[in-house]
Amino acid sequence: MQAAWLLVTLDADLVEITLRSLRVTLSALAVACLIALPLAALLAVRRFRMRRATIAVLNALMGLPPVVVGLVVYVMLSRAGPFGVLGLLFTPTAMIIAQVIIIVPLVASIAHQSLRDLWSDYHDLLISLNATQFQRICTLLWDGRRALLTAALAGFGRAIGEVGAIMIVGGNIDHATRVLTTAIALETGKGDFAMALGLGFVLIALAVAVNLSIHWLGKTESEGRW
Amino acid sequence: MSDLFPVSVRNASVRRRGKVLVGPVDLQLDGQGTSIVIGPNGAGKTSLLKMLHGILRLGGGQISWACPTEQAQRQQAFVFQTPVMMRRSVVENIAYPLRLNKVARQEALAEATIWAERIGLGGDALQRPAVLLSGGERQKLALARALIRKPRLLFLDEPCASLDGRATREIEEILTEVAASGTRLIMSTHNMGQAQRLADEVLFVLHGKVAEFSPAEAFFAGPQTDQARAFLNGDIVE
Repeated sequence: MQAAWLLVTLDADLVEITLRSLRVTLSALAVACLIALPLAALLAVRRFRMRRATIAVLNALMGLPPVVVGLVVYVMLSRAGPFGVLGLLFTPTAMIIAQVIIIVPLVASIAHQSLRDLWSDYHDLLISLNATQFQRICTLLWDGRRALLTAALAGFGRAIGEVGAIMIVGGNIDHATRVLTTAIALETGKGDFAMALGLGFVLIALAVAVNLSIHWLGKTESEGRW
Repeated sequence: MSDLFPVSVRNASVRRRGKVLVGPVDLQLDGQGTSIVIGPNGAGKTSLLKMLHGILRLGGGQISWACPTEQAQRQQAFVFQTPVMMRRSVVENIAYPLRLNKVARQEALAEATIWAERIGLGGDALQRPAVLLSGGERQKLALARALIRKPRLLFLDEPCASLDGRATREIEEILTEVAASGTRLIMSTHNMGQAQRLADEVLFVLHGKVAEFSPAEAFFAGPQTDQARAFLNGDIVE
């Protein structure tokens, strides 16, 4: 009941944490897509030594333990670490970095599956038309955009629900790095189940809303679309 | 751009996983007319076309065009047996080769619209997703997408396979027009009627080799090899 009240009254803390969660996750997703999608297309069109091994490693990294990622990023960004001078530890940027590392393999692997199938359809045509490697990659990314949306959504789902890594590198600082998942962990620990539940509902609603709106914008289920 | 003919094929072959798919092939093709490639299933017709076009890498021998290979490839186009429908609209599919050549979008679409209308896919069909087209429409789209490059040499791999009589006739009319405008055609087919209607010369392919290469009239009047004779009689050729 108390959880519902927090939602209905748009509790200021709740709104702040929710917006921060969205900002961190969408930023991480955008950066991850910029890295993962061209990488997936490159792996689909280019034959090189160790290609299979690269794909296997990428697939294996999908199961990267977030806590370990958090630990590594923490060490890198801590004062004694190589990037300590940047002063990024316990900032939203550090959380974005950790999320990017976690979701790049996931987005790239799922995207690669789709683009590999598309490439097998387009292979002869694009070679026949003398498309350059860059043109092949651009064509695959554009024509496979709806399948790539699924890859991006999987990345979003993983990032928005992530807690271990961002807790370590963000520190769960109030009004600075507290996001939905870390706040839920904190409130549960404090025994404030109403707040934790309220945050939980928001988290689920957010994930569903983003998925639905992207599907709606992408018209993925429209007749005659791909 | 200098002409790519005559082309000389010397001892050319294609191998895959140790097996010879095509060859060795020796051929001399000039720049006029229509060559029809015939032969039983699995004889290597498609592979021969793909080898000549450069989709399949040579395992040995060489193909010498009258101009540098890169220039020669830019003057060719290929229509596949199963047309590749890109996940785009009809007009964007046809415009795609021009976009690859950095033609401005509006200009490319305008040119593609002309071609689409020419092949009967104008009007409302222009913006339809290409994957929703029928078999005949797909083949015509693939043909328009190849022709928009204004190729000097056009390869066609059984372009009328699984099409009905009307669609086949429409494709043949376009091909006759294209050949008359100076485009060299090299086309494989299983349809002997079509071969007789379109061919100026015939390549009979068997076991990956060109078993016979002769003018169409001479070939259909009296093939040189027993296998070609048996093939024309509808017998099983092995």
